[in-house]
Amino acid sequence: MKFIVFRYNPDLDATPRMQEYDVEVTRGMMLRDALLEIKRQDESFSFRHSCGEGVCGSDGLNVNGTNLLGCITRVSDLKEPVKVRPLPGRPVIRDLVVDMSQFYQQYRAVEPYLIRRDPLPEQEILQSPEERDKLDGLYECIMCGCCSTSCPSFWWNPDKFHGPQALLQSWRFLADSRDQATDERLDALEGPYKLFRCHTIMNCVDVCPKHLNPTKAIGKIKELMLERAI
Amino acid sequence: MTLVRRHFDALIIGAGGAGLNAALQLANANLRVAVVSKVFPTRSHTVAAQGGVNAALANVLPDNWHWHMFDTVKGSDYLGDQDAIEFMCREAIPTVYELEHNGVPFSRLDNGRIYQRAFGGQSQNFGGAQAARTCAAADRTGHAILHTLYQQNIRARTHFFDEYFAVDLIADDEGAILGALVLEIETGEPLLIESKTTLLATGGCGQVFRTTSNAHINTGDGMAMALRAGVPLMDMEFFQFHPTGIAGKGMLITEGVRGEGGYLVNKDGERFMERYAPNAKDLASRDVVSRAIVTEVKEGRGCGPEGDHVMLKVDHLGEEIVSKRLPGIRESSQIFAGVDPVVEPIPVFPTAHYVMGGIPTNRYGRVVVPVQHGPEEVIPGLYAAGECACVSVHGANRLGGNSLLDILVFGRAAGQDIIEFLKENPNHRPMDEAAVEKVMSRLTRWEEKGEGISVQDLRAEFRKVMEDHAGVFRTDEIMAEGVEKVKEIREKLKDLRLQDQSSVFNTARVEALELENLVDIGMSIVLSALNRQESRGAHSRPDYPDRDDKNWMKHSLYFYEEDRVEYKPVRTKPLFVETFPPKERVY
Repeated sequence: MKFIVFRYNPDLDATPRMQEYDVEVTRGMMLRDALLEIKRQDESFSFRHSCGEGVCGSDGLNVNGTNLLGCITRVSDLKEPVKVRPLPGRPVIRDLVVDMSQFYQQYRAVEPYLIRRDPLPEQEILQSPEERDKLDGLYECIMCGCCSTSCPSFWWNPDKFHGPQALLQSWRFLADSRDQATDERLDALEGPYKLFRCHTIMNCVDVCPKHLNPTKAIGKIKELMLERAI
Repeated sequence: MTLVRRHFDALIIGAGGAGLNAALQLANANLRVAVVSKVFPTRSHTVAAQGGVNAALANVLPDNWHWHMFDTVKGSDYLGDQDAIEFMCREAIPTVYELEHNGVPFSRLDNGRIYQRAFGGQSQNFGGAQAARTCAAADRTGHAILHTLYQQNIRARTHFFDEYFAVDLIADDEGAILGALVLEIETGEPLLIESKTTLLATGGCGQVFRTTSNAHINTGDGMAMALRAGVPLMDMEFFQFHPTGIAGKGMLITEGVRGEGGYLVNKDGERFMERYAPNAKDLASRDVVSRAIVTEVKEGRGCGPEGDHVMLKVDHLGEEIVSKRLPGIRESSQIFAGVDPVVEPIPVFPTAHYVMGGIPTNRYGRVVVPVQHGPEEVIPGLYAAGECACVSVHGANRLGGNSLLDILVFGRAAGQDIIEFLKENPNHRPMDEAAVEKVMSRLTRWEEKGEGISVQDLRAEFRKVMEDHAGVFRTDEIMAEGVEKVKEIREKLKDLRLQDQSSVFNTARVEALELENLVDIGMSIVLSALNRQESRGAHSRPDYPDRDDKNWMKHSLYFYEEDRVEYKPVRTKPLFVETFPPKERVY
């Protein structure tokens, strides 16, 4: 099977190039396996990967124009030739490795941790199964970056717009019955950019490899803001 | 060349559950703490833990930390240190509550308390009825815990060095640890981190085996760093093969599947665990279930055209339980085995999963070695916690749900002890420049150019050797041959050359350094295994089928120097309760 892979090494290359590789496809082969085979042929090829089962979020890639995770994508589901590029809109460090620091900064900016004002009980803080159910579809985010790097609003304003990943996590804490910082969280999201640059294009929903729905979470935050305003 | 230097109170190498829980203690105490990780913290392999964390909360069935202690001692096949086990089982309860307070989204019971499920090797009342001790966030407990700990470290403003690879520890003449040389992967630049204390929390080394549930990053870097610094590795012959990896692939299918009521069948549809463990059946200890599966396959009762696996049946549980309690497993089965467990069974076979052995520590996380006065002298400034350490709470076989517990309890304990150590030792020791130079040579060696063996090819060869010679069943002949083959591979390391000499994000160089680590650890495994002439826990020898408490109830210590193996006694005396004396281990 033919793969056309984005290559760029700032030590050696003035500009990026696309390089062709032939990979013999084996039964059940995932895209990550194919990239490892390319790495075996050419050790100068760099990409991130680790768990191989879609939980660590290291190998977000852009393949035939769509963001996805290499380790849970079957090569047999891909159209040949397979064009493999780094996640879009981020500075390329080398080959498929991009600089994700702005993405991580936006995550930190939403204060993604439980804030509790009351004294802590000596046992667990109680939470009903129904309250806990509200966190399903939120806490499973693996921070692969597929969503935010497919979002045109994030491409244009990665320094000001939090992006779908961070906003999904913002809602994960707003939706948690144990969290006691709703007002501060909502206050911090005011203004034209951080939250409101979402134009419900929904690329994030299409590409999320964990089938999460950031657009819906963003809608919920907006609803809550509206509720508070009335 | 001038080497850039940074200074910290505490250096933590590894950003999984152990490293991050230690970092959190230290950052909360306003100490200067640096966490070095070769991957962004949430990529650490704690993220892949599925089933849960054990604590005797008694939310579902009656429970007691002392019963948990009994199960852990028995599960360890009496090789675990009972003082450390008592400490861990007592601490489990406040540890889980603390996690919950920090935000972990545990699944819940109707009364609002944390959901707990049954796991293998758990009993009520010292060997009685099945217990339900494993606190779970669906089947993504490790993910939930790792992300929460990272989030809390963001709050505490811990200093992270993301995508830095630790090369080696720096020690002075007295053996005190002064910090570590690390490599910034993005730029290829070395950096010297001088620190008053250093905690190794680098996780496991499952990549020594070809078929494994472990991630690409689990190359035992901290263990190999310890070895090269003169620290022995303890009980490395005890490697856990998880009974239910996806056949032929190795991805993990949590024990929680059997905890929720799933069971194993052979090609005749027989629920074969009834023959091997009449009481606990599918929830017997992992070593027992793995041996049973391998025996079924060897005796011709395996499933599939090659007869090389068994089936894990789940479909009788119904879609609601599966999608509520085991959503990740359903997804993995569909992606990697092409089956939906709601309608058909999952093909499974044992997969290399967890190393019980590691860097010897006491229950405060301090690294202890035999120097002059007895087997457990503290190395000043050096700590280890998590899978890379051996406290030892798992002995010869770890119980499911005790690994997340181990990393959290001992990561926390190490953090707390570092705080105390720093009160007594407030200053940096002088840097030993000769030691820095020696460690730098480990990096410069890879600048050698020319023709040579490829890292990728040798890594593949090595992992196959380990799989063939240190698997579920081990005989003298197989292991002796394994030792020779690993020696040959170790010789070949000298002939490795990197074709890629570039500096920016050179993953080939990182993998070369990892391969050196893997081979050193591989030797500790095959050699410790060859020397232990008994069967205990995960170490199973058809030529010595019985446990031999008279001669072998002791810990192995493998030293890098001269490939030496020594022994030290098991700590059979708990802290406050009576010893659990060795008994026959039946489930």
